[in-house]
Amino acid sequence: MKLSREEVLHIARLARLGLTEAEADRFGEQLSNILENFEVLQQVDTSDIPPTTQSVALQNVVSDDEVAPSLPQSQVLANAPQKEGEFFRVRAVLE
Amino acid sequence: MNYETIIGLEVHAQLRTRSKMYCRCSADYASAPPNTHVCPVCLGMPGVLPTINQQAIEYTIMTALALNCAISEYTKFDRKNYPYPDLMKGYQISQYDAPIGHHGWLTIETDGQKKQVGITRVHLEEDVAKLLHRTPADGEAYSLVDVNRSGVPLMEIVGEPDLRSPEEARHYLIKLHSLLQYLDVSTANMEEGSFRCDANISIRPEGKPESLAKVEVKNMNSFRAVYRALEYEARRQRKAAEEGKKLVQETRGWLEEKGVTIAQRSKEYAHDYRYFPEPDLPPLVLNREWVEAMRSKLPELPEARRNRFVAEYDLSLYDANLLTSSRAMADYFEACLRKKSYRLSAAKSAKMVANWLLGESSRLLNVTNTEINDSKISPGQLCQLLDLIEAGSISATSAKQVFAEMFSTGKDATDIMTQKGLSQISDTHEVADTVSRVIIANPQPVADYKAGKEQALKFLVGQVMKATGGRADPKLVNELLKKKVEEE
Repeated sequence: MKLSREEVLHIARLARLGLTEAEADRFGEQLSNILENFEVLQQVDTSDIPPTTQSVALQNVVSDDEVAPSLPQSQVLANAPQKEGEFFRVRAVLE
Repeated sequence: MNYETIIGLEVHAQLRTRSKMYCRCSADYASAPPNTHVCPVCLGMPGVLPTINQQAIEYTIMTALALNCAISEYTKFDRKNYPYPDLMKGYQISQYDAPIGHHGWLTIETDGQKKQVGITRVHLEEDVAKLLHRTPADGEAYSLVDVNRSGVPLMEIVGEPDLRSPEEARHYLIKLHSLLQYLDVSTANMEEGSFRCDANISIRPEGKPESLAKVEVKNMNSFRAVYRALEYEARRQRKAAEEGKKLVQETRGWLEEKGVTIAQRSKEYAHDYRYFPEPDLPPLVLNREWVEAMRSKLPELPEARRNRFVAEYDLSLYDANLLTSSRAMADYFEACLRKKSYRLSAAKSAKMVANWLLGESSRLLNVTNTEINDSKISPGQLCQLLDLIEAGSISATSAKQVFAEMFSTGKDATDIMTQKGLSQISDTHEVADTVSRVIIANPQPVADYKAGKEQALKFLVGQVMKATGGRADPKLVNELLKKKVEEE
């Protein structure tokens, strides 16, 4: 299945990625390749196999509701490209 | 043309856990400095491993059971992707196609008519960071992010579009709110945002299956706001339809001060969430034992408690309904009954406590916008006041004054009575003196009473009460007046 250029740009936009013309071509090609590989997998008859959402056989892994220490505020904000006082600062988001 | 209103409500309630949904940061963010209840997990750092908060799962199972839901034996979490900076990860861990509870119902009562409102689903997700929008006078607008709230367990309860009026919607919301407080799974404080409601509302020509455009209404921060916004929206849609305007499917925000809804700019690609199973969280198998253990933890729910109040305390259905409308009120009421010391029949004392709680107490709580939990009058203090009334130590009128003083200061009734000289005068000599003075000062009414005019006695009683500042025991005044007039 070949992804259209429009679809590639849409996916990039959802991921907040700005692509150059050349990148859109290159990634479009690669994404299409991945989809084609899945198309091959889809030929396997799985009608007798229950669907799974996991690759490990774990279930009911839960934690007790007990508070553990958080990070110091200075560390929380340490990697922020922009901060202001005690906050992260981001570009205005309009809803 | 006649139109029918179709409403469905979506409620989000923060769960009352100690820690967050997928990490062990404290969920108590209300008074914490910004960005201090934050760790690599809720910050969305690469390589971290979230884990499921068991308590949140159990609160959600309890809620789903109380809403008559089927519990999914197999449930899982899913990623809901969206590019908005209120979630640091770029996605919210929510539940998509296997919610914890589904296919339930909640019974509401409007004008004495019972109605079952369907519950589509009850699922768990996480709350998002708080954004503060800044618009400097001389520059570009920007936003500040406080991540403390991000990751707090959030339970979503989606109702079927079974509601047919804003009034029904209000009843549904009040009932659901009360239920969550009874279950003690959420503080459900609407003003603080731990209980939020969005609404879907549309109209359709009566008898037709198809609705006109469905409108989502947001930004309603109180029960009253929900009711007003829905009233407004139902009117707006009818008017537009009658004028032949085309209604569009959209999201509208409620503007409380203006009393209107306005169209909001819709998020671009809002519905392209690209859900997929959360690979970091193994699925949950909610087996029968687990579910039954949760069922056994359910407290007495509002309807059961109301019915018990009627049977056990001989209250009217009306009073019992009001008393059990909030768990705090019902608890306060029963705490009073456990403390009551005076010797009355159980039913009579229950009625007396009910009258004070639903009368003076509710009135003052409303006026001061206080929750009964925060009332300065303890159940024990209210009982003391009721004891004083029963013993005839204070008149009913003075008791109201004393109660108001107790309400604002938290002092004991006896202290206030001593301070203000409000004790009822039951001393025969003291009352007799006043009675004599009143008889001398009012010869005409005295003569009238002697001539057989019963009304005249009431006037004389009134004069004595006035002279004593309402503190004399009316029974004693009556007795003494009759006696003295006849002696003359």
